[in-house]
Amino acid sequence: MGYFERIFKEPRWGVHPDDHKRPAADAALRLLPPPARVYMPLSQHVGGAARPIVLVGQQVHKGQLLAEAQGNISAPIHAPVSGKVSSIGEVTAPHASGLGFGAIVIDSDFADRWIDTDPVADPFSLSPEEITRRTAAAGVVGLGGATFPSALKFSLGKRLAVGTLIVNGGECEPYLSSDDRIMRDSADQVVDGVRIVMHAIGARVALVGIEDNKPEAIAAMRKAAAAYPEVRIRPVPSRYPMGSDKQLIQALTGKEVPADARAAEVGVLVHNVSTCAAVHQAVRLGRPLVERIVTVNGGAVARPGNIFVPLGTQVDELLAFCGLNEAPSRLILGGPMMGTLLAHGRVPLVKGVSGIIAFDAREAAVPRAGPCVRCGSCTKACPMGLLPLEMAAHIRSGDLAGAVDFSLTDCIACGCCAYVCPSHIPLVQYFSHAKGELAARERTRLRSEAAKRLAEARLIRLERESREKAEAAARRQAERKAAKALAAASASQAQAVVT
Amino acid sequence: MLSAVGTLTTMGLVLGGLLGTAARYLAVEENPIEAELQSLLPGSQCGQCGYVGCAQAAAALARGEALVTLCPPGGKAIAEALAAKLGIKVDLSAVADDGPRLAVVAEEICTGCCRCSKVCSTDAIVGAAKQIHNVIREACTGCGACIERCPTEAMSLVPLPVTLQHWIWPMPANV
Amino acid sequence: MKETALMMIGAALVNNVILARFLGLCSFMGVTTRIDTAAGMGMATTFVITVSAMADWAVQHYVLDAYGLGFLRTVTFILVIASAVQFTEMIIRKVSPTLFQMLGIYLPLITTNCAVLGVALLLVEGNMSLIGATLFAFASAAGYSLVMVIFAGLRERLVLAQVPRLFAGPPIAFIVAGLLAMAFMGFSGISTV
Repeated sequence: MGYFERIFKEPRWGVHPDDHKRPAADAALRLLPPPARVYMPLSQHVGGAARPIVLVGQQVHKGQLLAEAQGNISAPIHAPVSGKVSSIGEVTAPHASGLGFGAIVIDSDFADRWIDTDPVADPFSLSPEEITRRTAAAGVVGLGGATFPSALKFSLGKRLAVGTLIVNGGECEPYLSSDDRIMRDSADQVVDGVRIVMHAIGARVALVGIEDNKPEAIAAMRKAAAAYPEVRIRPVPSRYPMGSDKQLIQALTGKEVPADARAAEVGVLVHNVSTCAAVHQAVRLGRPLVERIVTVNGGAVARPGNIFVPLGTQVDELLAFCGLNEAPSRLILGGPMMGTLLAHGRVPLVKGVSGIIAFDAREAAVPRAGPCVRCGSCTKACPMGLLPLEMAAHIRSGDLAGAVDFSLTDCIACGCCAYVCPSHIPLVQYFSHAKGELAARERTRLRSEAAKRLAEARLIRLERESREKAEAAARRQAERKAAKALAAASASQAQAVVT
Repeated sequence: MLSAVGTLTTMGLVLGGLLGTAARYLAVEENPIEAELQSLLPGSQCGQCGYVGCAQAAAALARGEALVTLCPPGGKAIAEALAAKLGIKVDLSAVADDGPRLAVVAEEICTGCCRCSKVCSTDAIVGAAKQIHNVIREACTGCGACIERCPTEAMSLVPLPVTLQHWIWPMPANV
Repeated sequence: MKETALMMIGAALVNNVILARFLGLCSFMGVTTRIDTAAGMGMATTFVITVSAMADWAVQHYVLDAYGLGFLRTVTFILVIASAVQFTEMIIRKVSPTLFQMLGIYLPLITTNCAVLGVALLLVEGNMSLIGATLFAFASAAGYSLVMVIFAGLRERLVLAQVPRLFAGPPIAFIVAGLLAMAFMGFSGISTV
């Protein structure tokens, strides 16, 4: 990159952390031998949890449907190994809270027998709706981490007549290289998946944005896409968070997604490269999403690299496969900037996990937070153009509405502000806390509104009941009177007959 | 001396008369903020605030006799909304908001007497005579009115269990 | 014209009611926690000061001077001010119940706000015409409102600042008030002539 580009084209936002991607990115892809037991969570996506349709004790094949989608936004879950369903219960969720959630546990029979798949020789002869249906049935969700059901995005793109498909090969998080690996090893699959997605949403052009710190992936993708002029490989500057959709869209198309709008509304749709590969698997081979590439990296890992893993495998098992130099001081699911802190490794891998990072003591050291010195570094780093220091100050003093006035809702929690903060203030935690608190208040508000409606309905009911009771009493009295009159009349009649 | 007394008396009378006339033209019949306050309150008439119902609580708030933090089922959200409406600042960190609570029936003690369901202001308790009652989670406001009614102490309030969807990050420790 | 303008600037900034004459300090500390409250208080006080200044001028000229009752000045002025405050209270209660709630006890306390009586006494001493007196009162009140709003803005920021625990709350507010007063000293010049 020349000086001109460096000065005028380099984004003004974001940070440039040491990426730590190599040597893990260069190590050849390894296969994890099927684990003895997998824990397949029912909720691996945004939206409603899937509903189990298998019974405990049932024999399942690899790729068999375990739980079906439930609700408008949901995705089905399939068996990642063949074996027997041993239980359906709670496991620790890959979530900072360490709370549990529902999962189907399968004891592997180590045979890895696939179900009968339904391959399609030419997916481009299928209608876009059929591709969307197959993608939905395969349980494909956004593998970049957002885990939004892909099929829903297809229908959205189709409906809003999106012209450009943006393929996210940014992988800007340090330490992670699973997207890099899939582009190097399976560029043909990725490009095929990209073309299938384009067909499904009716896009004319696909722009594949790849950060320029992955020259091998760029070369491999260029070679694979050479025959398809509509798929354009576009290297983008390495800058965190280039892999965030709004930033990537801006870097590739120059369009800015408005604060309260979705990407589709500016005529683009973003899909991750791994998602495209999964779409290729789902549509061309008929294989549901049951495996993915996971980067295992960090100072505590003896042989870092990318591993092809069945979903539902426990983190500990994967770490044991890669070997540990020392007990990890901190375990992170996903990247170090936005990943999820894990309390322990007995947590299943889910669809959205692109990596596991096991930090050693040196990497995990957290400096003590100090007071804000108002240097403004965070405002320069913020890719959304927000004022993190102001938002945090308002949140600290309990003024959430004030923080929202500073566009807290636009924060993408990328962590740039906390990364550059010279006082080491945990800014993102403030924002996460405030967002959660706001959501909780919204829930309380909805609850009390519902309670108000119920209370009003009850009052109406009580009124109606007392009215009906009064009416019934009046009716009974009238009946009694009538009966009495009738009896009197008949008695007098009888008397008349007698006399 | 007389002129001083006379002057002051006259001034007093004139100004008093003016104010009296103004009061007639600028009279405010009802505190208009009362209706707005009442619309903010949950309206479940649970009586936990110590007033008979939400309307009375709203009236007390409008008169400035009650604190905005008076509504336990409303929690911080309502306290904040009330404070904003009344234009006062309130330290919400001090509000004892132990989160939403939920009434539960201990099924082994419940005799199916139907007393609790009669007092429930949101009809959240279902059950017929001599049948075990149950609480509909979504409808229960956690007001606790049913607790005292239960002759066998089968009803109790439990905090709403925290799930993945409800968990929120704690505030970072202050420096 | 020029003289009037200078007189008004002088009343508003150089001889600011709060920061130079130190009048009306209770409302200055009391209702400046939020900008909108401070602005409401400023407007209410401006109204009271202007109206009562005119009334006081009339009382001074046509009653007190006419009958030689100069010694009753303070008593009559307070009477006039109290009526003006009551009148303002009625208007605010009618127009903005929220502002009425926000100002709370400070609204009737405008009666005892020394800024109001102070301005009235100052303009009597100044021997002004009715128009001059009205403009002087309005400018003084505008200066009062200005300082109220500025200080409220500062205090809104102070809430967000990480102040050492012992200084948090009123102490730091007093320190900031001192700094603000020093800034206003700049209007009168620092020379001791």
